[in-house]
Amino acid sequence: MIAVQHAVDPLSVPSDAPEHCPGTESELAGKTDACAGCANQDICASGETKGPDPALPLVRERMSSVKRKILVLSGKGGVGKSTFTAQLGWAFSADDSVQTGIMDVDICGPSIPTILGIASEQVHASSSGWSPVYVQDNLGVMSVGFMLPSSKDAIMWRGPKKNGLISQFLKDVDWGDLDYLLVDTPPGTSDEHLSIVQYLKESDIDGAVVITTPQEVALQDVRREIDFCRKVGIRVLGVVENMSGFVCPSCKTESQIFKPSTGGAKRMAVEMKVDYLGAVPLDPRIGKSADYGVSFLDEYPDSPASIAYMDIIDSTQFTLALCFIALILCP
Amino acid sequence: MAADETPVAKRLKSIKHIIIVCSGKGGVGKSSVSAQLALSLYASSPTARVGILDVDLTGPSIPRMLGLDGRGVLQSSEGWVPVYADGSEARLGCMSVGFLLKRKEDSVVWRGPKKNAMIRQFLSDVRWGELDYLVIDTPPGTSDEHLSLLEHMAPVHSRLSAVIVTTPQAVALMDAMKCLSFTRTVNLPVLGLIENMSGYVCPCCGEVSNVFSTGGGREMARQEELTLLGSLPVDTELVTLLDAAESADSEQAADELSHGTERTFQLIDQYQRTSSSKLFKPIVEGVISALAVSSGTPQASSAEDAKIES
Repeated sequence: MIAVQHAVDPLSVPSDAPEHCPGTESELAGKTDACAGCANQDICASGETKGPDPALPLVRERMSSVKRKILVLSGKGGVGKSTFTAQLGWAFSADDSVQTGIMDVDICGPSIPTILGIASEQVHASSSGWSPVYVQDNLGVMSVGFMLPSSKDAIMWRGPKKNGLISQFLKDVDWGDLDYLLVDTPPGTSDEHLSIVQYLKESDIDGAVVITTPQEVALQDVRREIDFCRKVGIRVLGVVENMSGFVCPSCKTESQIFKPSTGGAKRMAVEMKVDYLGAVPLDPRIGKSADYGVSFLDEYPDSPASIAYMDIIDSTQFTLALCFIALILCP
Repeated sequence: MAADETPVAKRLKSIKHIIIVCSGKGGVGKSSVSAQLALSLYASSPTARVGILDVDLTGPSIPRMLGLDGRGVLQSSEGWVPVYADGSEARLGCMSVGFLLKRKEDSVVWRGPKKNAMIRQFLSDVRWGELDYLVIDTPPGTSDEHLSLLEHMAPVHSRLSAVIVTTPQAVALMDAMKCLSFTRTVNLPVLGLIENMSGYVCPCCGEVSNVFSTGGGREMARQEELTLLGSLPVDTELVTLLDAAESADSEQAADELSHGTERTFQLIDQYQRTSSSKLFKPIVEGVISALAVSSGTPQASSAEDAKIES
């Protein structure tokens, strides 16, 4: 039987490496058969690459004024990563004294600008770097969506170009002092994810919130995403089950659109030994709010979905605080 | 000249039509549409031979949907043998990175160059044999996988076409537009647009709720002068069927092989009983006739008397 191989440390393979690159930090760097013909073979062989990436100190400096960095992940697309990120941003920034930033690293399909209602804005450069677009005083956003001439334009980039932009988002954006930086990611476990983890390696990511929907097809991908987090050493703050149940607006009966045929996120969380943060029901008004770029939490504060969101956001903050205490007690 | 042919071109020579299913956004139902397209094309004629290739390398869903979880790929002297969903009849072949993973929760953490290599291998090393249709399910976005696919398939470009899947929400339509720009940039003919998750029928009272808004696909098709192949509502029956398609544990795999025929007929029978399959019929007929027009070959008889509902 044929099987894929995972031999090398995924974090140390450069984005433009040949397909069997052993990783720049490996003992074999510059010396394997795969290295023959690689433009960087000499550099690898000289041992220089065992040192850190030159962008890392710049990222570290920028990120030193950011207290908490949270990734929003999911193996599967369309489960509500961006919507959740936006709600989290709105909920955090409801407190005037909390500064929040949202960074959208979904380069090929940026949805954050639309969901936050700032799709027509542009990024301005100043002497201290690129200024994020502000939704309100204490909620700054950076996305590739602000840099396109038209929303119809497709970005057809391969990995290395995407990585270049992500490093710029981290080192060139003038985030200022932030309490939270939320990173919205594209689906999958590929270039964008590896890059963000790599660049933030020295600045410590506080953890990742993993979003899923109840059906097994999505859970399968989410298990892979959790496996990825373990491989690269990111703490999973918890799993959120989105689109869980639908209440018919006419007869008020709840039905399961995406049936949890294998026990849903709750059972998956137990199996994978991660926390289960809660479930958000499917409400057509959530999608509509996202299309119009308004905050669902503000528009419908009493709906069951808003209450579910707030519970999840509270437990996320609680988990973060626990992590923080644990860090102080046993550094 | 045969000497100039790339391995991919050589391998794909025996495939009549290649349909790429794409969408800018994730989770709009590319994989379920691909699976339905493959099943419906398979059912469209008793001799149709269909292949389905899943190039979503970091999130393969096709094996689960076709009930092929846990199966493995075998090597033969002529290349990798696809996993046949219909057992011994061997008319519906399937290839996915999901078949190459030792444990199903293993993540595939690859950067572009490795993904590119895997796609090239899928295209050049899989022994599809003679195929009428090869359906390619892609990951969301317009990045490495898509560029690699088109790059490697450049020698067979005249047989390529695309189907774009979207949901009616503005957010998804925006990404679908990006996908359309992509197909235009790379000169890929678009057969049409499928609007998925367009409404949900409450199983209790029958009320139709527009869970993800409505009509967006039709509007986009009109503005961009695309064919709207059809609108599909959320069908819980289908979700359950594709989701729970019984998986084979690896120890049962051997046992599975002998029972393969019987079991997949079940999948296709079950599929044909869902309401989605009825809605999908005109879509497939639309696809077949669009393909016949674009390649200039006489139409298949089933397509000729097809009434494409608008």
